[in-house]
Amino acid sequence: MSNQSDDPIQRMMTAQGGTAFLNALGASVAEAVPGRSVIRLPYAPHIVGNPDSGVVHGGAITALLDQACGMAVGSGLAAAPAAEGSGLRSIATLDLRIDYLKAARPGADITVVGECVKITRQIVFARGRAFQESADEPVALATATFMITEYRTG
Amino acid sequence: MELLAKAAGDGAAPDVNALVAAVPYCAFLGVTARLDGERVILEMPFDAKLIGNPVLPAIHGGVIGSLLETAAIVQTVWATRSAALPKPVDITIDYLRSGRPVTSFASATLARQGRRVVNVHATMWQDDEAKPIAGLRGHFLLR
Repeated sequence: MSNQSDDPIQRMMTAQGGTAFLNALGASVAEAVPGRSVIRLPYAPHIVGNPDSGVVHGGAITALLDQACGMAVGSGLAAAPAAEGSGLRSIATLDLRIDYLKAARPGADITVVGECVKITRQIVFARGRAFQESADEPVALATATFMITEYRTG
Repeated sequence: MELLAKAAGDGAAPDVNALVAAVPYCAFLGVTARLDGERVILEMPFDAKLIGNPVLPAIHGGVIGSLLETAAIVQTVWATRSAALPKPVDITIDYLRSGRPVTSFASATLARQGRRVVNVHATMWQDDEAKPIAGLRGHFLLR
């Protein structure tokens, strides 16, 4: 797989530049290799879900986990051999499950890792985790399932 | 949360739109809330920053999850007259259709309300409520 693709789907799926929403959050892609992606989100006032405690909204963590799993699946898929006769492939999220293990500590950055765990002919499975200081103490875990779709632009 | 504690202390119902307006992340997403009887309805106008897939274009899956989770939280606050924000334990989001670049809505129902935990189902739609674009099931801790 090329890391410098000109194809917009390829670029989007491996998110070399991130998505509009990722940029709006203030997050950036720290690592993107086939089947694995790492995103960092600095703590900022606009991601706060509880103004009294300063704890980050669960939705912001969900967005990072969705993005990291999607990127890992997209890049994993791009690196995997396509079935004969299939065209350009894209992905659609079927479902995303998040376990919020503990509240994220206010003021600390959040790192999210997405990993593509299994590619089948039509479905791809991914796992994600979010943590702050230590990867061994996740604040959230994700399980995501994707459907492989045909390339489409509308 | 102060705003909720004050309403509870006064024996008043919480102001759901003031609640979402006071949550920075909801303000960032552009979410507003209104009541339809006992049902809280969230509204989120489309904005270019909400895009996750520039090719379709489609709203980011994380934005969809965020709106659904917020609908579940605000409905729980309203239904339980809670003085504090419920804490998410786990959520599962089902993506049914892509989120087109138009205004989105979400609402939720409490499928089961225990003393400590609620099970909430939320749905999100755009033009037609009968054609939801996503759903959420989740558990939240009451405080």
